[in-house]
Amino acid sequence: MAKSLASRFARVLSGQSRWLVTFLFCLSASVPVYAQAVDAENAKVTLALATEPPTLNSAVATDTIASFVLAHIMEGLLVYGADGELAPGVAERWELDANGASFWLRESARWSDGKPVTAHDFVFAWQHALKPSTASQYAFIFYPIKNAEAVNSGKLPAAELGVVAVSDYELRVEFGQPCPYFLSLAAFMTFLPMREDVVEHWGGRYAADGDKLIFNGAYVLDKWVHGAHLRLRKNSHYWQADTVKISEIDMPYITADPSAQFNLFRDQQIAIAPLDTGLLNEAVERGFDIEYFHTGSLFFLEFNFREGRITGNHSFRKAVQRLIDPDLLVNKIIGLPGIKPAYSLFPVTVKGNDKSFREEYPVMRIDPDIAAARAHLQEAKIELGLSEWPPLVLLAGDSPRALQEAEYYQYLFKKGLGIELRIDQQVFKQRLEKMRRGDFDIVAAAWGPDYDDIMTFADLFASWNDNNRGRYDNPLYDRWIRLAQGSNDARTRFNAMAQIQRLVVEDVPILPTYENGALYVQNPRLKGVRRSIFGGDPLFRYAWIEE
Amino acid sequence: MLNFIAKRLLSGVITIWFIATATFFAMHAVPGDPLTQEKAMTPAVRAQLEARYGLDKPLFDQYRLFLGNMLKGDFGISFTQENRRVNDIIREHFPISAILGVAAVLIALVGGITAGSVAAYCRNRWPDRMVMIAVIAAISVPGFVIAGLAQLVIVAMNNAAGKTLLPVAGWGSVSQIWVPALVLGLGTMAYLSRIMRASMLEVLSADFNIAAKAKGVHGWRLFFHHQLRNAVLPVVTELGPTIAAITTGGFVVELIFAIPGLGRYFVQAVQQLDYTVIMGTTVFYGAFLVLVVVLVDISYGLIDPRIRLHRGRS
Repeated sequence: MAKSLASRFARVLSGQSRWLVTFLFCLSASVPVYAQAVDAENAKVTLALATEPPTLNSAVATDTIASFVLAHIMEGLLVYGADGELAPGVAERWELDANGASFWLRESARWSDGKPVTAHDFVFAWQHALKPSTASQYAFIFYPIKNAEAVNSGKLPAAELGVVAVSDYELRVEFGQPCPYFLSLAAFMTFLPMREDVVEHWGGRYAADGDKLIFNGAYVLDKWVHGAHLRLRKNSHYWQADTVKISEIDMPYITADPSAQFNLFRDQQIAIAPLDTGLLNEAVERGFDIEYFHTGSLFFLEFNFREGRITGNHSFRKAVQRLIDPDLLVNKIIGLPGIKPAYSLFPVTVKGNDKSFREEYPVMRIDPDIAAARAHLQEAKIELGLSEWPPLVLLAGDSPRALQEAEYYQYLFKKGLGIELRIDQQVFKQRLEKMRRGDFDIVAAAWGPDYDDIMTFADLFASWNDNNRGRYDNPLYDRWIRLAQGSNDARTRFNAMAQIQRLVVEDVPILPTYENGALYVQNPRLKGVRRSIFGGDPLFRYAWIEE
Repeated sequence: MLNFIAKRLLSGVITIWFIATATFFAMHAVPGDPLTQEKAMTPAVRAQLEARYGLDKPLFDQYRLFLGNMLKGDFGISFTQENRRVNDIIREHFPISAILGVAAVLIALVGGITAGSVAAYCRNRWPDRMVMIAVIAAISVPGFVIAGLAQLVIVAMNNAAGKTLLPVAGWGSVSQIWVPALVLGLGTMAYLSRIMRASMLEVLSADFNIAAKAKGVHGWRLFFHHQLRNAVLPVVTELGPTIAAITTGGFVVELIFAIPGLGRYFVQAVQQLDYTVIMGTTVFYGAFLVLVVVLVDISYGLIDPRIRLHRGRS
């Protein structure tokens, strides 16, 4: 019977087969010829983006995708070199002291229309970013400059900012407070130059499309189809264009789905793809080389210190500190290589005097100990006059990893301390709003560094910092921060930071849990791609393709 | 007839107004606002932004402003895609969703009619069972699973062939439409198969079918002219809502296949609390759905006078 049916179908097909063949032909004929993920002949790399940059206006950009694109199409006074150290960019030399900094610009630096990059472009960009009407979220990063805060809050006109163009090629910056890390700021995206005439011409539409901005970096943005496609091409006006080896970076895929990106990588359509826990095993099975880099961000539990919250009790926080073992969390619960247990407010990537800060100032470790945790909780109960510990709310994100982590804490609290932990899982914006309002007992939070100095982590829990969501308020902590901020001496600053590190372990305003890392696969013929915390990631400026 | 159409359109407008109002107030009731960001903002910066977007006004004034602008067809500027107008987002990205949706509907239609007819012809024999098993699988397996599987199959195929037979993802060429469209249309295809099977079974046992056979009609002529034409009516009835549902429901497929359709913006806007984009896409999708339903209603009225008379009187 099956046979008779098959022959009947065969007869049906023969009658209609003309159409079928035509249809299949159309289908196959329309398959475009794809360039490979890395194309040595044309020095071209193809990538996928997770999202499209929300904006490419350097004065207001905040996200990592914009930072990645801007690092390729713009150049600041300084840049991060191939070795990851600061190197000359538009500025060919500079001087830095406690009162300010001077930069001498190279005359060969050009915009993509051939006009020279001058000191005025920097003065304009920085004043523009600080104007209250620009509403730049990164305005605070200029605050070490004289009058920056007053300009930003509208108390002084922008012209009063402590930045002047002494000549077309000399820029003088005056500090309001010592800023020994100003050179790394000069490489940050908000400090990039902007052309006044182009910004004025497009007004509110500046950088909204690819043709509404101008470039002074190694590449120009040559195509931008919203939500679909970005393409960078080598900038022929770039002052050291001869050192740029990759001539085209094509990004024809925009998807936040890691599996889709991994499938594209396997199909050799893209050169780099991120890995999550599920994909890691698959990548290992297929024999891909797994690459790793430390993203420099810290994950932690933050306690609420507002009036009426029992999480403000020190003995309770000590109990939680004794309860949670970051090592166990990372190795048994998260289980993704590259993520490291955290014991300090300062991740291992934070720089010290010569080596990393953590090598120079090792952190005191508190070992997990259930008996000690219970003893601390008993003290807390007596101090607070509680017989029963009320349920606590843990505010957490909505990613699978965040939930996994929250459930682990829930289990630990119940089993170890007999405390009921209620998980309040929220999508990104709602979680941020609840953090701001203080609508939590404990929140699973994270912080990524903004600039390449230890202070980007340290002042987070100063009483005046708006990002201090738990409203931790410790005069001792504040005093060490003010001491470090007022000093240009590295030794004084780092000693103060060591005090901060100790204070965080002893007073437990937060409990560090892990330092984040990213895993990815990369086409083996693509070399020299720099993965980094600062200066745009990934950076193709120094990359090349092996034949 | 004109009276009937006017009534349908009026109720459509009221529906859209209701959708817009409910969405507006629900959206504002969610904690946080589009300006909520990871880094805390200074009060001066926040005040500037609130003034720029009109968030400093009382809620009811904001609502009135929104309604006024909506009547002018202006939904304002996106909060997250800074500098982009919501109208531009819809104009640039809806056609992509629409192309994908139409391709999906075509595939669902052809596949559903074929599978349903085969199942009915081979009632209770193995082709019927196979089709019905596939139908249940296609209805119950979620789209993102099928999408992921489809990509894996393409990758395996391309790797085996050593060249790109079918693209894994992306948008811009004809070959990039078919696989996502198939994935998107699969559920509908399954649903239509079932309707087609039931309807075809009815036709096969109908008197006119037997009469046609007795007259000596057979083969393709019998199938196309006598059976399919009659059996396909219920499927055509489903077409209107199906087109609307598929065209507006492709978010997951768009994400996985990296297709820059409007569905992605719609979902992301809700996650990001991007007020203007939420309102723009919701009202647009709402209006689109209402329009399709109204058109279907009107076409019923045209085809079948009984419907028109009955509704006209009520």
